[in-house]
Amino acid sequence: MEQGRIVKVAGPLVVAEGLALSRMYDLVRVGAEGLMGEIIEMRGTRCSIQVYEETEGLGPGDPVESTGAPLSVELGPGLLGSVYDGVQRPLDALEALTGAFLARGVTAPGLSREAKWAFDATVTVGDRVEAGDVVGIVQENKVITHRIMVPPNVSGTVQDIASGTYTVEQPVGHILTEDGSLEDLLLMQKWPVRVPRPYRGKLSVDEPLVTGTRVIDTFFPLMKGGVSCIPGPFGAGKTVTQHQIAKWSNAEVVIFIGCGERGNEMTDVLMEFPELVDPYSGEPLLKRTVLVANTSNMPVAAREASVYTGITMAEYFRDMGYNVVLQADSTSRWAEAMREISGRLEEMPGDEGYPAYLGTKLAAFYERAGKVATLGGPLPEGTVSGEDASADKAGSERIGSVSVVGSVSPPGGDLSEPVVQNTLRVVKVFWALQDTLAFQRHFPAIDWLTSYSLYLDKVKPYWVENVGTEFRPRRDHCMEILQRESELAEIARLVGVDALSPEEQILMETAKSIREDFMQQNAFRDDDQFTSLAKQDRLLKMILLFHEKALEAHAQGAPLKRIFTAPVRERITRAKYSEEDQMSVFDEIGSDIETQLVGEGLKVGDAR
Amino acid sequence: MKREYMTTRDIVGPLMLVENVSGVTYGELVELEFPDGRRSLGNVLEVNEDVALVQAFQGTQGSNPSQTKVRFLGRGLTLGVSRDMLGRVFDGLGRPRDGGPEILPDKDVSIYGSPINPTARDFPDDFIQTGVSSIDGLNPLVRGQKLPIFSASGLPHNQLAAQIARQAAVLARSDDPQKVGEKLEGEFAVVFAAMGITFEDADFFMSELRNTAAIERSVLFLNLADDPAVERIATPRMALTAAEYLAYECDMHVLVILTDMTYYCEALREVSAARKEVPGRRGFPGYLYTDLATIYERAGRIKGRKGSITQIPILTMPEDDKTHPIPDLTGYITEGQIILDRNLHRRGIYPPVAVLPSLSRLKQKGIGPGKTREDHADLSNQLFGAYARGIQAKELAVILGEAALSDDDKAFSRFADAFEGEFIRQAEHEERSVEETLTLGWKLMTLLPRTELKRIKDDFVERYLPDMEG
Ligand SMILES: Nc1ncnc2c1ncn2[C@@H]1O[C@H](COP(=O)(O)OP(=O)(O)OP(=O)(O)O)[C@@H](O)[C@H]1O
Ligand SMILES: [Mg+2]
Repeated sequence: MEQGRIVKVAGPLVVAEGLALSRMYDLVRVGAEGLMGEIIEMRGTRCSIQVYEETEGLGPGDPVESTGAPLSVELGPGLLGSVYDGVQRPLDALEALTGAFLARGVTAPGLSREAKWAFDATVTVGDRVEAGDVVGIVQENKVITHRIMVPPNVSGTVQDIASGTYTVEQPVGHILTEDGSLEDLLLMQKWPVRVPRPYRGKLSVDEPLVTGTRVIDTFFPLMKGGVSCIPGPFGAGKTVTQHQIAKWSNAEVVIFIGCGERGNEMTDVLMEFPELVDPYSGEPLLKRTVLVANTSNMPVAAREASVYTGITMAEYFRDMGYNVVLQADSTSRWAEAMREISGRLEEMPGDEGYPAYLGTKLAAFYERAGKVATLGGPLPEGTVSGEDASADKAGSERIGSVSVVGSVSPPGGDLSEPVVQNTLRVVKVFWALQDTLAFQRHFPAIDWLTSYSLYLDKVKPYWVENVGTEFRPRRDHCMEILQRESELAEIARLVGVDALSPEEQILMETAKSIREDFMQQNAFRDDDQFTSLAKQDRLLKMILLFHEKALEAHAQGAPLKRIFTAPVRERITRAKYSEEDQMSVFDEIGSDIETQLVGEGLKVGDAR
Repeated sequence: MKREYMTTRDIVGPLMLVENVSGVTYGELVELEFPDGRRSLGNVLEVNEDVALVQAFQGTQGSNPSQTKVRFLGRGLTLGVSRDMLGRVFDGLGRPRDGGPEILPDKDVSIYGSPINPTARDFPDDFIQTGVSSIDGLNPLVRGQKLPIFSASGLPHNQLAAQIARQAAVLARSDDPQKVGEKLEGEFAVVFAAMGITFEDADFFMSELRNTAAIERSVLFLNLADDPAVERIATPRMALTAAEYLAYECDMHVLVILTDMTYYCEALREVSAARKEVPGRRGFPGYLYTDLATIYERAGRIKGRKGSITQIPILTMPEDDKTHPIPDLTGYITEGQIILDRNLHRRGIYPPVAVLPSLSRLKQKGIGPGKTREDHADLSNQLFGAYARGIQAKELAVILGEAALSDDDKAFSRFADAFEGEFIRQAEHEERSVEETLTLGWKLMTLLPRTELKRIKDDFVERYLPDMEG
């Protein structure tokens, strides 16, 4: 391989000479320790390299060796449950090599070379296969059937193939391509992270990603294949919200990218997810999760790469026909990494020092989300296990999706800054976190007045079919009440609640109930962290029934105080904690509301 | 290879551009000898072919291009660590400042440290009793956490930090509620890094530590207001290198106090400006977040090692503004923040902890049965909720008059006053056990209608709410 030498070192950026045959985005090895780096600019005979490791001790004259290949990830059995840094070095393997602290120049392959996987072939010799076709499966764990696919850009006839036990490097068979060459069929593929994996076509999203977080699912839903962002000042609840989605959403695979955030948050996931049980499969959550952890104190160039590493993995599972949700926490730290590298390249800065291409990069990243018809034929029989949520897909076109949820950490919570603004141009769902809500410990601190979802029309048919025809009208009615509350609150603040009409006071009370008995959801309470759509609907129905009956009771003369302190209020408050299989609770509360408000109200009214 | 040069071309602020060098590496330690014989340390910020950019930690005053000797030392900036550091005072670059002998180091370590592998971390979950109700009751600190104090000029952050350093103790865990709450004896140490603070403030800490004999278990790194500003960039890293040695190799529980991070950031800004880097907000460099993270993320616990590093960085918010880049970026990295409030301070309440915007993100891991008490989390939620509502009621009263408040609002307003006056307020030398703090919280609950205690489980209310009649 070509060897050059360093001429300049400035933090994570190294300039080298003598790499004329290398190409943009090729991976290089820098210095005697062979630190990983990537070519990001070429001018004349010089190329600029961003180095994924600490560069202290490097100097002019040190060698740089090209690898002739772009930064790629290894895709295959063993991904699930793993934790990687931003350039797919497995952190547990690094710990075994160098101990508790990360050392330089140490590396390990993304997929274990020792692990053996039981492979079941689903094609036979002589079959014609195209890119993306499934040739067999590895039952990676009880949850995920790892479908082994013909890599993109390969097609031909199966020359040989055999079920058996293999490492990721041992060919399970061979494909004879049109041009007569023989391609190894491996359990593992490699894919350059900066290139989106190909698919047959994009499809319109039509199914919600059910997260179990009430304010999201009901008020600002996200779709499978959709994109959303969570901006908010520090401590407003971005990470907790993303963890909740990683834990309880009905995606089959979760990719979590800790991009320039805290080490302890990664540890938290690593310690908690193996203990938590996936509500859909009954298996530990970690088995459907891949963690990319490039924390704030890890090298900033690897942070820049981490989002690409993560999304490439997401696309790979999508190509198998799964619904994947990718969480990037925080995209601001990614943008800052770009800004830092751009600054060292002495590029002309745009807004707030960010490079002029910030918007393009953000858009291109989010565009890798989506619901797609994948390459390759429909899933063959036997590649879909019984418990698999995508079971009904066997035999039809293969469809997969990547949903992306990106947190944004705007300086000072200021939403006019460049990362938020550029993100808003591409995402369809906006969950705006407010620190004032967080101070009141109203969690999730999603501001219902400024947040939005542009998927409300797309999700409607699903809601009608799977939740009920009344769900959408109830949701809209609640939204109206909340809107009205914000106007009335202003008046009440100036002249006192008593200046409001009784009807308005009832509305204020209902709004409070929507906020406290529905929206507020404690992520740390076992009986509160997940709510099904059916239960969300029942909760709304209950709150609105109280509203309606309160108005009726008032019309019949019941004093407001009596209405607001009806004993059933206590049950309404606790209804969100009721078990998922105890929907009868809502019938009881419903009849309590009827008897206590209207019956009682009448009596009181008569007595007067 | 020649390692000494007199080929400085430019001197700009704390930076020197040295030409015709060879074999220089990024980050290399440099010794400068000025015409008057004074020596100073520096390090290489950038090297481009035969030109090195050097930052001088003690400044460039008295240097000139033609007569200044620049020696490249062939290694990075290190600290010689040893147990003997305990009880000693060093300057901001780790040289003895107390007139005592040089340390015979156990080894030399790079002050930049290495990132802890996330898989090797152990999650912080041991409650630290600080003896301060507004912290223990509502925003508890746990071992291995990084919890800064956001303060402002003229507020008693030093007193609070010293009080925490004096009183901090870890409580025994047990399944038997009777045994929970005993203080655990263990090896602990305080590492104190002063950046740009006055002699008086530093002296306050030293005498506080001396008074409790904690000084023998302390290591101090002092860069005071009249010490060179650029040296401050190294000071917290010196302190954390010492702390890591004590924690992970000597099994000690180390509390690191870093004060004042604002001056640290300003030093960084000075260097960045001299380099003519594209500035971010308020002139601070765009990499301030990452730079601060390499300091704060050095807090934590590591699986299989006994010691731990708990960090309490202190910063003064310019213009009391929480959205200023220094507190803002700090808040984005640390695991919560304790915010001090000028209003409470004016009203004579010590410690003036602004409870509502303060937060300890690790609290749910550190409290509860076996660690503190079963009712801790619920009670703390309820205290928050009630205080928030009380504050709102008081604001309403300001606009509409006391009389316009509903009975409930009046109760909450009274609660807020009592909460500030009895729960938040305590004496500088008053140490409250967590039991006492919780009991006090329950006592205040009696000011509220019982039906309002919605955030507390019924059985806890039964068990802990004092009898009002009695
Ligand atoms: N749904 C929730 N239920 C209960 N508590 C919550 C919830 N969401 C957030 N919190 C509280 O808020 C704290 C901060 O949340 P989180 O760490 O998610 O903030 P963040 O927005 O990610 O902040 P940063 O930008 O600094 O990372 C949590 O530690 C927790 O105490
Ligand atoms: Mg976060």
